[in-house]
Amino acid sequence: MIIVGVGGQGVIMVSKVLATICQMQGHQVKQSEVHGMAKRGGGVFSHVRFGEKVWSPTIPKGGADVLLALEWAEAMRWINHLRPGKGIFISDTQHIMPPFACRSRQRNADAAYTRETPHEILEQIQDGYAMDATTMARDLGNERAANTMLLGVLSTALDFPAEDWRDVISRFVPPKTVDINIKAFDHGREWAELVHENPDHAAEQLRRPEIAPALLSEAGEHDGDFVQLDINVDWCKSCDICVKMCPERCLKLDDQLKAVLHKPELCTGCRICEWLCPDLAITVHRDPANVKASA
Amino acid sequence: MAQTGRVAKTAAPSARPNADVRPLMGNEALARGAWEAGVRVAAAYPGTPSTEILEALSGYPEEDVYAQWSTNEKVSLDVAMGASFEGVRALSVMKHVGLNVAADALMSMTYIGVNGGLVIIVCDDPGIHSSQNEQDTRALARFAMVPVLEPSDAQEAPAFMRHAYEISETFDTPVIVRSTTRLSHTRSPVVLGERIEVARREFDDNPVKNVMIPSHARLRHPVLLEREAKLGKYFETSALTELEMLGRAAGVITTSISHGYVKEVLGDASVLKLAGSYPLPERKIRDFAASVERLFVVEELEPVIEDQIRAWGIKVDGKEFFPRDGEFSPEVVRAGFVKAGALPDMGIGDDVFHIEPTPRPPVLCPGCPHTSAYMVLRQAEARVAGDIGCYTLAAIEPLRAIDTCVSMGSSIANATGMAKTRGMTKTGVEQRPVVATIGDSTFLHSGLPPLIDAVYNNADITVMLLDNHIVAMTGGQDHPGTGKTLRGEQTHRVDYESVCRSVGVKWVRTVDSYDLAAMHKALREAIDFKGVAVIISDRECVIDPVKVKGIAMEVRAESCTACQSCMNVGCPSISWSDEWFDGRHKVKIDPNTCIGCTFCAQVCPSDSIQPGTGL
Ligand SMILES: Cc1ncc(C[n+]2csc(CCOP(=O)(O)OP(=O)(O)O)c2C)c(N)n1
Ligand code: SF4
Ligand code: SF4
Repeated sequence: MIIVGVGGQGVIMVSKVLATICQMQGHQVKQSEVHGMAKRGGGVFSHVRFGEKVWSPTIPKGGADVLLALEWAEAMRWINHLRPGKGIFISDTQHIMPPFACRSRQRNADAAYTRETPHEILEQIQDGYAMDATTMARDLGNERAANTMLLGVLSTALDFPAEDWRDVISRFVPPKTVDINIKAFDHGREWAELVHENPDHAAEQLRRPEIAPALLSEAGEHDGDFVQLDINVDWCKSCDICVKMCPERCLKLDDQLKAVLHKPELCTGCRICEWLCPDLAITVHRDPANVKASA
Repeated sequence: MAQTGRVAKTAAPSARPNADVRPLMGNEALARGAWEAGVRVAAAYPGTPSTEILEALSGYPEEDVYAQWSTNEKVSLDVAMGASFEGVRALSVMKHVGLNVAADALMSMTYIGVNGGLVIIVCDDPGIHSSQNEQDTRALARFAMVPVLEPSDAQEAPAFMRHAYEISETFDTPVIVRSTTRLSHTRSPVVLGERIEVARREFDDNPVKNVMIPSHARLRHPVLLEREAKLGKYFETSALTELEMLGRAAGVITTSISHGYVKEVLGDASVLKLAGSYPLPERKIRDFAASVERLFVVEELEPVIEDQIRAWGIKVDGKEFFPRDGEFSPEVVRAGFVKAGALPDMGIGDDVFHIEPTPRPPVLCPGCPHTSAYMVLRQAEARVAGDIGCYTLAAIEPLRAIDTCVSMGSSIANATGMAKTRGMTKTGVEQRPVVATIGDSTFLHSGLPPLIDAVYNNADITVMLLDNHIVAMTGGQDHPGTGKTLRGEQTHRVDYESVCRSVGVKWVRTVDSYDLAAMHKALREAIDFKGVAVIISDRECVIDPVKVKGIAMEVRAESCTACQSCMNVGCPSISWSDEWFDGRHKVKIDPNTCIGCTFCAQVCPSDSIQPGTGL
């Protein structure tokens, strides 16, 4: 079994629960995690192997019987580790945007986030579950219980007594949150059972928009890509405000301490310098016609 | 077993008292083994993946074991040696690169030997999960002529620790127990044993052995060579050397975690599992080689075992098939055997899904106090000599304000070297001001000698001491600048300003890291100052020792102009919203993760970021 997510989501807690419950059923267990960078927003994963005798602590590609993902892009990163055709796929559909996804300064830029939608993925997997566990857990009272809700879904696929699950979960979650986590676990079980009876139930419950539509649409009305800066050297009094405030850091003071555009290729024409210059020394042209007029 | 203090962080809460089998992480099992072996004094400097060992050990009763964080690895080894001189079992723990720092002491200690047993646990990081390189400790152990033991999983770790102490005392040698990231961070059930109490030995009043001057050292070297031979013999029959004869077609010699991979992919091969990679049981290996048709060595990283075997004239296959770099896995080991023709090529199944993974590199936390130093440095266009810690993450976009990062403590002397090239008109002049940035723990680890050096040699540099009151990178450990010991007791807290002044720094200023304007101003003045200037950027880490949570900020979408200035902070709480301005995304702030540091508000040109009302 492979458990994946983003730092802070409880991947390690979930895998400890799984390791403990497997052990309670008399299996030998090895659970391997790499969490050096977990705290700093990187991806976290944990491999849990159980059986009579376990040698390697890690699971090769195509070798996982279960992939439990607490975040959608992480599910996509690891999906090829699932045993083709047979593995069980369980994922939260929530998106945790890495800051890098929103780096582009282009107009109409898309977030650099996985494009695959739960519907597309589930169509290709026999035993797959995608649920908006975070929202469902928030509705129950605490979105952090999303991970135990996913465990509830998993519990219907493994042949371990439900009481053992509840017992182990209550030992591993913070004491104050035992009730809500048990509630979330039971909710996950019920949800999975409803899906077993009627696969459409899952589809109805996929509340989260597949990918936030605005991040993909061509929504941005704008003045076009033309940019040119006019800096009136005589009016510039070297106050440095534009240099400090330019988001692209493309201005600087030259030898004469006058503002100059030293990296024109980075300028996006956002007009911050124009608005903030106390001496109105900067004009940002976004229309080639205007440049000629002022020249 | 009374578990007290900070171990609560790592101990498995499932642990039932008195149960004799528990799921333990490799590091917890190594600590358990040390405690069972009767260790009295333990010292370490944190470093991934070794850190949890001392944290776990500090959970055992104080009457049993004294445990401390040391300022660096050499200090930790020297402390452990001191205890060994006094006749008790002692332990020093570090990550692989830490052994470089401690190597000077180790190279002498191997000549001296031990009185009380002395074990050094060194954790390697094949695959470089969280380090600056993937050097192989086994090569260094062999160079120092110190025996190295390599358990293959957590279950074996306690027994290996007990053997390590017996070997240390019997053969009068320090012993290295080597782990790797995978072993240290794999949890599996471990059978718990009892602690053995070992009587203290009398101090050995023997200067010829304990005082390494040339005339004494010359006498000790031949003793080492003898010791190597004796140890090789010992491993012929040691319980840690395990021979499993199955098929004769292939025989595999292996150690440590590689053993599990070999068993997994080549289950029918005969396997000679060694206690460690040095010294080797020559007889046993020769017999094994003679009993199989083809001999393999499967070892992660360097061909340490393979080279020794080959030197005996035995035909063996190894590194042509199994890589010298990177971490092993069942896939890698299988591929090696396939390449060698020992396994049929089943072809690797094509990926079922073709999905471009979303990049998710580690980043500084929301509200990380290190952020401001790098924002102002980028603005100042300084040449920045970086160092090792969380703040190394500022080397990538959007902060991208670190130009170099070598090893712990390198920054200040690197900066001195850079600054000394300024004004050399003959070589062409580079004018950018030179700044070193160094974390508080790194400064105490190895930043003081280069600071004294810079003052002594009148270097024109600025040093930014990033004091976040903790060793953050490795998970939040105390150090001499926090005023607390490993067991949480109050102690003296280093006062950086007076330390700097006392070594001759004339310009020192402490600035609140959350005040961007003050940081700007301080940096300008420090750069203008001729000579060594030190800025202490002062704010606690928002994760450890306590999670900071202030009033979350909110974006007033109506005035946001989508200029993306706040995106330059690199804060993970800020992302694009569904609204647009002039063709670009406006932003939003996640109130659950924002800690309210106000960096984004301080850089927003339109004042659109304000304290929220929500939470
Ligand atoms: C010789 C050596 N020992 C240990 C480490 C592991 N290590 C990396 S960063 C770090 C501590 C950094 O602490 P600090 O300088 O306070 O920076 P922070 O992470 O708190 O920002 C340690 C111990 C290492 N890389 N090299
Ligand atoms: S753990 Fe602390 S020092 Fe490290 S990135 Fe987070 S806030 Fe910064
Ligand atoms: S105040 Fe701004 S920069 Fe600071 S944590 Fe919140 S969103 Fe991030």
